[in-house]
Amino acid sequence: MSSFFDPLPWLVMLPLVWGTIAFMLGAGRGARLAIVAIALQLLLALKLAGQMLEGGARSYAVGGWGAPLGIDLAADGLAAAMMLLTQAVALPLAVYARGYFAARPAGSALFWPITGYLLAALNALFLSADLFNIYVTLELLGLAAVGLVAIAGGKQPLAAAMRYLLATLLGSGAYLLGVALIYGAYGSVSLEVLHPLVAAEAPLAVMLAAVLMLLGLLLKTALFPFHFWLPPAHGGAPAPVSALLSALVVKASFYLVVRLWLELFAPLATPAAAQLIGLLGAAAILWGSWHALTQTRLKMLVAYSTVAQIGYLFLLFPLATPETAASAFQGGVMQAMAHGLAKAAMFAAAGSMIVATGRDDISHLGGVGVQLPLTLFTFGMAGVTLMGLPPSAGFSAKWLLLMAAVESGQWWWVMLMIGGGLLSAAYVFKVLRRAFLPVAEGDHVTPVPRVLEWSAFALALAAVVLGLYGEPLLQLLMVGRMA
Amino acid sequence: MSDAWMPLGVVLSSFLPGLVIFFLAESRIRLRTALNLVGAFAKLGLIGVMLWGVVNEHEYVFRHTVLPGLDLVLKADALALLFVTLSAVLWLFTTFYAIGYLEGSPHRSRFFGFFSLCVTATVGVAMAGNLFTFFLFYELLTLSTYPLVVHRGTEKALRAGHVYLAYTLGGGAVLLVGTVWLYGLAGQVDFAHGGALAALPPESFAQLQVIFLLLIAGVGVKAALVPLHGWLPMAMVAPAPVSALLHAVAVVKAGAFGIVRIVYEVYGIEFAQSLDLLTPLAFAAAATILWGSLRALFQDDLKRRLAYSTVSQVSYIALGIALFGPVGTVGGLVHLVHQGIMKITLFFCAGNYAETLGIHKVSEMDGAGRRMPLTTLAFSVAALGMMGAPLTAGAVSKAWLMDGAHAADMGWAVAVLWTSSLLNAAYFLPILWRAWFRPAPRKWPKENIAVRGWRETAWLLLLPPLATGLAVVMIGIFAEAFWSPLTWARLIADREYLQ
Repeated sequence: MSSFFDPLPWLVMLPLVWGTIAFMLGAGRGARLAIVAIALQLLLALKLAGQMLEGGARSYAVGGWGAPLGIDLAADGLAAAMMLLTQAVALPLAVYARGYFAARPAGSALFWPITGYLLAALNALFLSADLFNIYVTLELLGLAAVGLVAIAGGKQPLAAAMRYLLATLLGSGAYLLGVALIYGAYGSVSLEVLHPLVAAEAPLAVMLAAVLMLLGLLLKTALFPFHFWLPPAHGGAPAPVSALLSALVVKASFYLVVRLWLELFAPLATPAAAQLIGLLGAAAILWGSWHALTQTRLKMLVAYSTVAQIGYLFLLFPLATPETAASAFQGGVMQAMAHGLAKAAMFAAAGSMIVATGRDDISHLGGVGVQLPLTLFTFGMAGVTLMGLPPSAGFSAKWLLLMAAVESGQWWWVMLMIGGGLLSAAYVFKVLRRAFLPVAEGDHVTPVPRVLEWSAFALALAAVVLGLYGEPLLQLLMVGRMA
Repeated sequence: MSDAWMPLGVVLSSFLPGLVIFFLAESRIRLRTALNLVGAFAKLGLIGVMLWGVVNEHEYVFRHTVLPGLDLVLKADALALLFVTLSAVLWLFTTFYAIGYLEGSPHRSRFFGFFSLCVTATVGVAMAGNLFTFFLFYELLTLSTYPLVVHRGTEKALRAGHVYLAYTLGGGAVLLVGTVWLYGLAGQVDFAHGGALAALPPESFAQLQVIFLLLIAGVGVKAALVPLHGWLPMAMVAPAPVSALLHAVAVVKAGAFGIVRIVYEVYGIEFAQSLDLLTPLAFAAAATILWGSLRALFQDDLKRRLAYSTVSQVSYIALGIALFGPVGTVGGLVHLVHQGIMKITLFFCAGNYAETLGIHKVSEMDGAGRRMPLTTLAFSVAALGMMGAPLTAGAVSKAWLMDGAHAADMGWAVAVLWTSSLLNAAYFLPILWRAWFRPAPRKWPKENIAVRGWRETAWLLLLPPLATGLAVVMIGIFAEAFWSPLTWARLIADREYLQ
């Protein structure tokens, strides 16, 4: 294959390049360039997925050097799927952001360059083949994400950004410590090299490293009880930023937990530890849903819903018993996809409602149903995915996880997942119910640009379509896995 | 060419117009009506072709794999078409009625959009070929009826919507638990005559009994089985066309139909009998029949009285199914159609009284028959039908149910049916007596539409109940004709029992 057109390096290079150009163009510019480039990235990600369905897992030696001297990029089905998700979410969001910042310019100055770097960091993270590269991309991702929260300006967003910065630095610090311990024990950071070594013998230092790295990543993923930084950061940022953060950034550290737990540290993982992670997930579902229900601000409700939905992701680990590993893994990743698309749609719809009503307050949503029917419909459709009702990717995810739970006889997880679905319904309908009311006296609901409504709708629709045509994705996920 | 697209076409013929209608401006009345009618007639056309095919032992199956081991299956067999035909025909009548009823009121695009989605969900429930597909449309029905229940946007409507959601989503969750458990135990099983679970090893029978309970409880919420019926009377705050089509036909029948599918085509009637599942179901149905009728006696609000009557009448279907034997089956199935036609007539009429004269209560009905003779005639025919009076559809279903109870040696069920008939008379006859024989008040509560010659109210409000009222008599008198619901129900029972 002619390596010049190889999607692997371009998926990292392209966002770096357009991010830099956007930076040079000046404050708030570069939106159109970004949209075209992200569309190109989406095509590249599709091409990569197509290549892998035909020819299996891929790798690429940057500059032709190859590890251990150079840097290897590697992609298996999981990485390819995550990259597809990233570009598929980013494209409608970029279109949305352009319209949103035209209506509300606050915080748009550095949005495009930082988003470029954020996407580059995400793609590089998914393609990294060694623990140290992962650290670098993780750090870059964290800084870009904090930057996006901070650019909104104002006292509250800055405080949220500082808290977020603290959490993300602490998380990557713990991760780096773990990497150092592993390097000390085995003298390598390459995932491929380490895999058989860890399986053969794991001294205590490696156990400690595994715990440190996982804790760091859980902090970054905001799994209960490490979620304290997420609601203010996601709820306070401008809507396109909230969407990017909730849909994609927390998924990156989740992706790493999956990689490490199911592959590198698989020999060390015990069923008890898996149950413990699952319990944290359960607590996240209950805690997050409950807090979502009690919020008065729309975006805080959506942010707490993210806390709850992250809980579902971690049910993958207790459900991945030897017999049900494949279905739990597919269900967990499908949940990441479903939540990514639906939460981006939901934050975007919430942003449109805020633009239309001029305030971020659930009790003043009356009239939205009349003025912005499509946006309300989008919110509802995204809600259906979060509730896990068919047809949606959220249902497919839940179904796979439920089957894994039933087949491994773990009934408590069945009850939790179905009960959690009802809780999501409660907070979703809390919003819908308000929006059906007529406009309250003294409130105004102004129409919003159509592009805001349709780009959000596209995201919600994607979550439903993925629920109807999930099979190719599941095939892709199994590329390069010993199931 | 394959004909697998036809069941899908039946679903899409209301789904696609529904989607378009959402985006139409309020003022595009003609386009909206045209879309609705084109959809309704396209649906009827497809159904007509498939009815012919099914008579000739053909089945139409559409299958799409969502996940490995999880197929979306739409199947038009005899049982599905019984319910599909009922929904499609009544949808057409209700569309006319709703156009007249909502004339000039706000948010009509939203109303008709969700209305079409509801019908989509109903025909989906009817043609679902396995439990997953059934669950999908069952939940879609919940989600698309909610906006119609809260359509008026009043505090009362929102509260009713709340209760409605709590019941139906809760029921859906229980149904999902049962479905997941069953898929885990038996894998993917399509609905089929005689069921497919009898082949499972005997040690799983205890689990199957629990799953049956879960599934029936899940669909029992929509079928308004006591004590899961609380949402139905509250949901009566919805506009009359919604009460008429959805709460008298679509939603409660989706539940009742679910019971039919689960008993006959998941478990198989003989297997269900051998697991001792039918007698408890019969008791639950009998309790619901009596409780609903008793509560109806004490309601002064006309729509609430009709709602409790629905609670009672829908369980005739469950009772007919639980009577182990083909005669009871015919009675249950035919009542599914008969009750729908009779009840929709009653709700149309109740809507007419409210719209024309502002009558909402039974105590306000005095003399309504002289002011609105045609509406009251239709109401009377349907009410007599509900009591099981001769020459009406109700007489046919009751006769078959009674014979079924005798055939199954369940004397107590006969007693339940007789008692219920008496109770029906006790709560319907006073209404008729007031309407026909009591003098009219000097002033109606709120007269909106004036009389003009024969036209006691708007044509679009008057014609649908007259048509369905006529149907109540026709299918009662011509029960043996080839086109009658009874003939079709017997065809289904033959196929279910002979496998």
